[in-house]
Amino acid sequence: MISTARLTAAAILSLGLLQGAAAQTLSPSDPWPDLVRDIFHDRAMAGDEVVALEAPVRAEDAAIVPMTLRLKSSAVKGATLVIDQNPAPMAASFTFGDKADVGFIATRVRVNSYTNVHAVGETRDGTLHAQVKFVKAAGGCSAPAGKNPDEATAHLGEMKYREFKSPEPGRREAQIMIRHPNSSGMQMDQLTHLYIPAHYIDRVEVRQGEDLIFSMEGGISLSEDPNFRFSYAPNGSKTISVEAHDIKGNVFRREWPIGEAS
Amino acid sequence: MLRCVILALVFVLASVRLASTAEFELREIAPGVFAHQGRTALMSEQNLGDIANLGAVVGERAVAVIDTGGSPAEAKMFLAALQQKTAKPIRYVINTHAHPDHVFGNGVFAGPGVEFVGHKNLPRALAARGPHYRESFRDAMGKEIEDVRIIEPNILVEDRLTLDLGGRKLLLQAWRTAHSDCDLTAFDEQSGVLFAGDLLFLKHVPIVDGSLLGFLQVADALAKIPASRVVPGHGPLAAQWPQALESERAYLERLTGDLRAAIKKGDNVSDAAQAAGQTERGAWSLFEDYNARNATAGFAELEWETP
Repeated sequence: MISTARLTAAAILSLGLLQGAAAQTLSPSDPWPDLVRDIFHDRAMAGDEVVALEAPVRAEDAAIVPMTLRLKSSAVKGATLVIDQNPAPMAASFTFGDKADVGFIATRVRVNSYTNVHAVGETRDGTLHAQVKFVKAAGGCSAPAGKNPDEATAHLGEMKYREFKSPEPGRREAQIMIRHPNSSGMQMDQLTHLYIPAHYIDRVEVRQGEDLIFSMEGGISLSEDPNFRFSYAPNGSKTISVEAHDIKGNVFRREWPIGEAS
Repeated sequence: MLRCVILALVFVLASVRLASTAEFELREIAPGVFAHQGRTALMSEQNLGDIANLGAVVGERAVAVIDTGGSPAEAKMFLAALQQKTAKPIRYVINTHAHPDHVFGNGVFAGPGVEFVGHKNLPRALAARGPHYRESFRDAMGKEIEDVRIIEPNILVEDRLTLDLGGRKLLLQAWRTAHSDCDLTAFDEQSGVLFAGDLLFLKHVPIVDGSLLGFLQVADALAKIPASRVVPGHGPLAAQWPQALESERAYLERLTGDLRAAIKKGDNVSDAAQAAGQTERGAWSLFEDYNARNATAGFAELEWETP
């Protein structure tokens, strides 16, 4: 009767059971004070626009929400993007190269629910500068999970590099894309009923020649196929290189010649 | 496990008693083939999540149900309406994919002798998305969400599978990532009715939650199925086949073309998502709710195409 079927152990599994393993996303209170303590060790923050955050008012697709950090001062040495209500709020922490003069960095994140998003910049004098935006979560069947995890896994670690004409005089603009499911580890294996371990990119370094443009430490709040678009001041190097690490110990490296676009 | 089954049975029996068919229309669109048209709307407590089309095929020995609706309350009405049409036992519950408007009613149908059938990727999708759906629909669905139990399939379709309902064969086909990563269609050979799930949208703007290019390819392949009639996942139950695919294809092609042009030009994803597909605005309901989302996902997919 059943011509080609894979019969698995009968699995009557309620969402209630799954829920037990998921993070507690419904906190009525503002998580930000706790995040300031845990991520920034309760350091004081100025509420200015040294690092300006561009975030959409509405997250159209919960799995791919564009976020842009604009560095308004060359004294910024690092910036952290925090999605307050996500299970793993610290989406990405960027460190910028001393001489890279990064003008902006844009990436894509997952947003689980209505949330504040914070951008916290650190200047070379050691002070923190925070900006906040509120993002409405998408409705309907939008979910922060991957769209095509098989495709991302089949091409694991493949990268793409693109250059753009920069509107900022003296800076170049480029984009780095990395194929990776960046999965949260909440998926359950149907046969074993064990949760599949998380598998995500946790460290990326981008260099022109030997010099750092930026490095990033991140987690599962970054979208499937992590994507970074940024501007920087060229140092005359002929190549741009990327080294990315994931939590399974994979290291992905690529290098490209820098073109004429500027 | 046995305890789960018993609990599920108790739940089903309790549910049946509460059910009412007053506002639930289940039409016999061909002999032994039933379909219900959901509203073209977003899920809400008021509409009980009744926004997707549902179906049932009745054989000599068994009934197969195709999708279970957006809430247990809707599923109870569906079950009661179906039981007025046939006394044959429901042996199969087929889920066309993992979205809440198609699976939130699953728990109402669970019980001994009922097999749940889905795409091989359906369990993964339910595991990865289920807890999020439950949380994110709490506001829209109110207390309805409390009763939602999503049953994972125990029969998985890797490619094709034929269900014998007794003198009637239902051909199931699993597709590559298209509308979602777990799309399954059901074709009743006897009547020629194709249940396309969300691989076909009519009037309701198509939703791309898998792959834009995959969706276009699957639409081409679907057109080759020798159906006499199609039940889309959303929209009117009466549609010419395969002409019914044309408006959806036009939308997906326009979106693809606009996004490719934006990517080539170097636009960023936010700007491209607001602009792409806008010429299709007048042709669809719920365009505002989904187009920018489709464009965002499509942009991230098509970016990998360019050299």
